Amino acid sequence: MESENKYLLPKQGLQDLILALKTAGYLVIGPKIDQEAIVYDEIESIEDLPRGWTDLQAPGQYRLKKRDDDAYFGYVVGPRSLKQYLYPPRQLVATATRDGQRWEFEAIENVDEKYAFIGVRACEIAAMRVQDRVFLEGAYVDPLYAKRRESALIVAVNCTMAASTCFCTSMGTGPRCNNGFDLALTELADAFVIEAGSEKGEKILRDLPSSPVTTADLDQEQKLQQQAVDQISKTMNPVNLREDLLANLDHDRWAETAQRCLSCANCTMVCPTCFCTTVEEVSDLTGDNIERQRNWDSCFDIDFSYQNGAIVRDDVRSRYRQWLTHKLATWHDQFDQSGCVGCGRCITWCPVGIDLTEEVAAIRGNRE
Amino acid sequence: MVVELSAVKSVSPWQTHSVRIVSVKAEIPGVMTYRLKFVDQAVGNSFTVEPGQFNMLYLPGYGESAISVSGYDPENNELLHTVRAAGNVTRALSRLVVGDELGLRGPFGQGWPMETARDGHLVLIAGGLGFAPICSAIETAVQQSSRYRRISILAGARSPDQLLYGQQYNLWKAAGAELRLTVDRATSQWSGNVGVVPLLVNRIEISDPATTTVMMCGPEMMMWYTAKAATERNIPAENIWLSMERNMNCAIGHCGHCQFGPAFICKDGPVLRYDKIASYLKIKGL
Repeated sequence: MESENKYLLPKQGLQDLILALKTAGYLVIGPKIDQEAIVYDEIESIEDLPRGWTDLQAPGQYRLKKRDDDAYFGYVVGPRSLKQYLYPPRQLVATATRDGQRWEFEAIENVDEKYAFIGVRACEIAAMRVQDRVFLEGAYVDPLYAKRRESALIVAVNCTMAASTCFCTSMGTGPRCNNGFDLALTELADAFVIEAGSEKGEKILRDLPSSPVTTADLDQEQKLQQQAVDQISKTMNPVNLREDLLANLDHDRWAETAQRCLSCANCTMVCPTCFCTTVEEVSDLTGDNIERQRNWDSCFDIDFSYQNGAIVRDDVRSRYRQWLTHKLATWHDQFDQSGCVGCGRCITWCPVGIDLTEEVAAIRGNRE
Repeated sequence: MVVELSAVKSVSPWQTHSVRIVSVKAEIPGVMTYRLKFVDQAVGNSFTVEPGQFNMLYLPGYGESAISVSGYDPENNELLHTVRAAGNVTRALSRLVVGDELGLRGPFGQGWPMETARDGHLVLIAGGLGFAPICSAIETAVQQSSRYRRISILAGARSPDQLLYGQQYNLWKAAGAELRLTVDRATSQWSGNVGVVPLLVNRIEISDPATTTVMMCGPEMMMWYTAKAATERNIPAENIWLSMERNMNCAIGHCGHCQFGPAFICKDGPVLRYDKIASYLKIKGL
């Protein structure tokens, strides 16, 4: 019985959860309003959460709006994702220190942060698993990602609403969280339904002020989860998507899209799976202490494909094509899965509102 | 392109090791071959490299540059790297002298299929600085020349003074290899071929195309026409191997820079099989 693992947690119980996580030594990361967006940030208490706010999303648009209730998680997804923490925008990976005529080289192997993430959506768990494949399951393991990932605790939230940009149902990643979490919440009108997805989660759940769920609670949970599914209007058929794109590398649409694309890299920054970086040398004034800093980079940056005095992808057409075909096509060759989880961030945060699902439809020739 | 979990390495892929310059040899103007030895002998002893792989050479404060291995002496743990002073890192490297130290991460990537080519006719083709990764295959092949039915070396450069490794030619020929050279622009002393590298493919005898293996490195345009010439001589596309180049930053398939269609050149390459990449080679801006 599904309900055997589920409990009812009063809304105020969320505060107990945050405190329990802090007591256990976690840096608690949750949703917070910053610069008129709901973003992941360090939170101290439930007072920090965007209670009573929602987000309105459309291609090139993101607005916060007051809800007519006091929901803590009554929004969809913001510009940040877990990669902000698990694979941060700036990361020291190695140092070089001059010792007379010699150099001492050191690779950074340890990180202190132990994160607990609250409010993680199904598409974000899927995105984390996509990055796991890149950084943990290949020939080389990124030691810093591995440490942060292993110590992280995930408190998922099942979506009860969707944005116009969401298409997780097409990509098979949501909106319900089926696995990959330690605890999962569904926000009802007056309480949360809470379930554990791991031993770590069970241990924390045992100390929370929970009570048994009733059939009515479960009915309400089911209805709210279905509401999210019903609100999803965007679709992208993943069947043969790789083949359709790779057969159309010379399609006229790429040049047409390049007329609109600003090559600004916003889509790659907000994408929860995009992983491109560049290591830069950061020296002190003496030149004796060098830090090798790995920064997020983007295939939309003109220098990204620089080689031997020339730029390989020297126009927006080739850069947009690289991004879309990597995400939706060659990712399969490299990692046996799509690089897209259907979160819609690239659509919302594109300044000119380019919608990848429309680009795919145009290339497939079934423009609506 | 999915890698085996068993290949997981425990040491941080970002760990750089110190190497000392044992000798520097001026090859052609602006191009030097460095003989490098690990400062920590234990590191050197545990180091192995396959022909066709590459290392990241590191000049602190300047950065790293991906340089193919052009030779390896396992007895002395010494590596040969032929480098053109072209960018920030390689220009800084060109200012170093014997005894200086620099950093090295590696080896990385998939090398030449020396085993797969065994017992057959080995055709090794180089254009310009593409001679550097081919050199490691040549050295390996001529040292074990009985393993191959025949070894043909085809190399080209813009002009005779741009041809690399001139001092090794006689050794290669003495080991039984056939050597054919070509230049774009001849000088009065030049007695070899004049013309582009792909034309050399038509000049050699290929008695059994099915057991002939072609390994090549050079400009992409050269490789495209050379591979085409080889297939026209009935050599199967799956017997043709190209060493590709893209800007490599991390060398471990994590940074995204060196993608070429489905391949990460750093970990799936640099040596890739022609039939797997042929459809991508002529697409501009890929």
